[in-house]
Amino acid sequence: MANSTSILEWLGFRKASGVTEAGWGHTLLVGIVSFIYFLPVLFIIFTAIKPQDLALSVPPTISPTSLFGLIPDQYVFTPTLENFGSVFSRVMTPGGSPEATGFDRFFFFFIFISSVSVLLALVIGTFAAYGFSRYPLKGNDTYLFIILTTRMLPAIVIVIPVILMFRVTGLSGSYLGITLLYTAFNLAFTIWMMKSFFDELSTDVEDAARIDGSSEAKVFLKICLPQVVAGLAATFVFGLILTWNEFLFALLLSNADTRTVPVAMNQAVSSGGRGTDWTLLASIETLFLIPVFLVTFFLQNHLLRGVTFGTVKR
Amino acid sequence: MSTIEIRKVTKMFGDFTAVKDADLKVAAGEVVCLLGPSGCGKTTTLRMIAGLERVTAGDVIIAGKNMNELSPQKRDIAMVFQFYALYPALSVGQNIAMPLHYEKLSKEEMDKRVMKVAKILHLDTVLDRLPGQVSEGEKQRVAVARAIVRDPNCFLFDEPLSRLDVELRHSMRGQIKEVLSGLSKATVIVTHDQLEALTMADRIAIMRDGLIEQVGSPHEVFAKPANVFVASFIGTPQMNLIEANFKGYGDGKAKVVFDKQEVTIGANAGVASLKPGKVTVGIRPRAFSVASRDTKDTIDAQAELIEPMGAETLIHARTITGGDIRVVVTRDKRVKVGELLHLVPDPAQTHIFDESGKAVRA
Repeated sequence: MANSTSILEWLGFRKASGVTEAGWGHTLLVGIVSFIYFLPVLFIIFTAIKPQDLALSVPPTISPTSLFGLIPDQYVFTPTLENFGSVFSRVMTPGGSPEATGFDRFFFFFIFISSVSVLLALVIGTFAAYGFSRYPLKGNDTYLFIILTTRMLPAIVIVIPVILMFRVTGLSGSYLGITLLYTAFNLAFTIWMMKSFFDELSTDVEDAARIDGSSEAKVFLKICLPQVVAGLAATFVFGLILTWNEFLFALLLSNADTRTVPVAMNQAVSSGGRGTDWTLLASIETLFLIPVFLVTFFLQNHLLRGVTFGTVKR
Repeated sequence: MSTIEIRKVTKMFGDFTAVKDADLKVAAGEVVCLLGPSGCGKTTTLRMIAGLERVTAGDVIIAGKNMNELSPQKRDIAMVFQFYALYPALSVGQNIAMPLHYEKLSKEEMDKRVMKVAKILHLDTVLDRLPGQVSEGEKQRVAVARAIVRDPNCFLFDEPLSRLDVELRHSMRGQIKEVLSGLSKATVIVTHDQLEALTMADRIAIMRDGLIEQVGSPHEVFAKPANVFVASFIGTPQMNLIEANFKGYGDGKAKVVFDKQEVTIGANAGVASLKPGKVTVGIRPRAFSVASRDTKDTIDAQAELIEPMGAETLIHARTITGGDIRVVVTRDKRVKVGELLHLVPDPAQTHIFDESGKAVRA
């Protein structure tokens, strides 16, 4: 033990009244681990701003700046924003002139589809979750389980029946169809998430409100909802990320005009017969990252904050 | 009139009977405590009065009106919850004002009423804080303030003091009693703490397994417990309940056999009608006097453990056949471990319970 203590001390840990306090060693360690986690993202962003011909160069260029001479010149590339331009407009056929790729529309509609489906699922799902939590039906657990099946089974299993359902209803290839499908998926997730948040609340506060004269609607809107704001934020972010990443259903249920960004990304990169265009892929991915990053960033306080603070002690 | 009455109220949760045929009347200005061990149905009873649980059978009558089908907001009651149940996002002042919103009062009138109860409960300095920023004792007072800010038909308290530390509990007990005495409303308090019940209640209803075992004044339930359960539940240290064989009665005395010791002890005249057989003799630890060696008809027991409690000393003693007896003597009475005590029970405080556990009284 003595040996490990000295290593900890050597790393800069200090003991303060029995609790190990963070010193510079601790900070450094966390810094390194965080950097490793962030490395793939950094790699994609750097690739997005590399000149196209350096994408596969050996040795690889690893930094847009020499960091005051720290990195040798052969590893440094000159950043460019050209790749982002070719996301929206580029030469599609050899010898042709630049054409619009339709990515501006794909991005716009995908943001629209994702937000609408996640928000719609959040509204319906929160009501449903409150119902499941507070007014249990006979066989409540069975219903909850059935709701979960669409999320639990591998997507590949249910994709064929869903395609058939979309064919029959004529929703195939429409934005409405994809929005409805994503809402249904998110609904399962939202109901489960929100039910657990409602289950956590003390029903005493609701009973107190009833005795103080609140109607059931007021109990839900004025008493319960404000206590699960953090839960709503978390569910929104997770639902958005799930939707944002969905590929399989979008691939099979959208057509050339109604592609979602993940599908369009796949097709843009592999089209043209010139092999994979890595810088193009990286720039689409970088753009693709921004909306979810922003939402998560602005809701992080809600994600971190406790659900209730000191109101009901158990 | 502000009264509460429950008639033959029964509550079933599936096959489980939580409360069975409970009858209770609370007059205006009266404080009744529902006392019992956890899981005895006392909180369920309170929640049925409040309308938070539906009755399976029976009637809940508040202020002379049958409330069975009315939701809590229509019953015109005020309730204090065990965990206070304050609205987390509202300030203390807004919490207290909450019940007033449904009376459609003007802003000034509302502020005036909030200020009035805040003064009574010494909350006027913390009105702007959130419930998370005040102490336990203050939270508890906010819960009480929210209940008394209106002029409801009756008050219901669910374990109001259980979350406070001993000292606070003591002072809050007095404060609540004082506040309630000025309001002349029917009040029901649920508690598992007998001291709380004995000090705050005008009458106590003792419950066990969904049944109300006895209703009476604090003095009655202590001095005349209706059965073995009430006898064992009320009073600390617990009453000695000794299994014995009843032989006969005569001359104000009952002849009983404790295992092998046959003694004649003073008992009430009701015992005369009892047939010989198995009985339980109940004697409070403070009802013994320690007699000299040659006194007749004593219960003999050897002191095993001595616990000084300040003014008094608690002695755990063992009879010849191994029965446990608790005796409380005054501080000046010195007893050594291993000493044989000759105990004479006070006839006025000796209870005899028949085979079914019911007290036999004249």
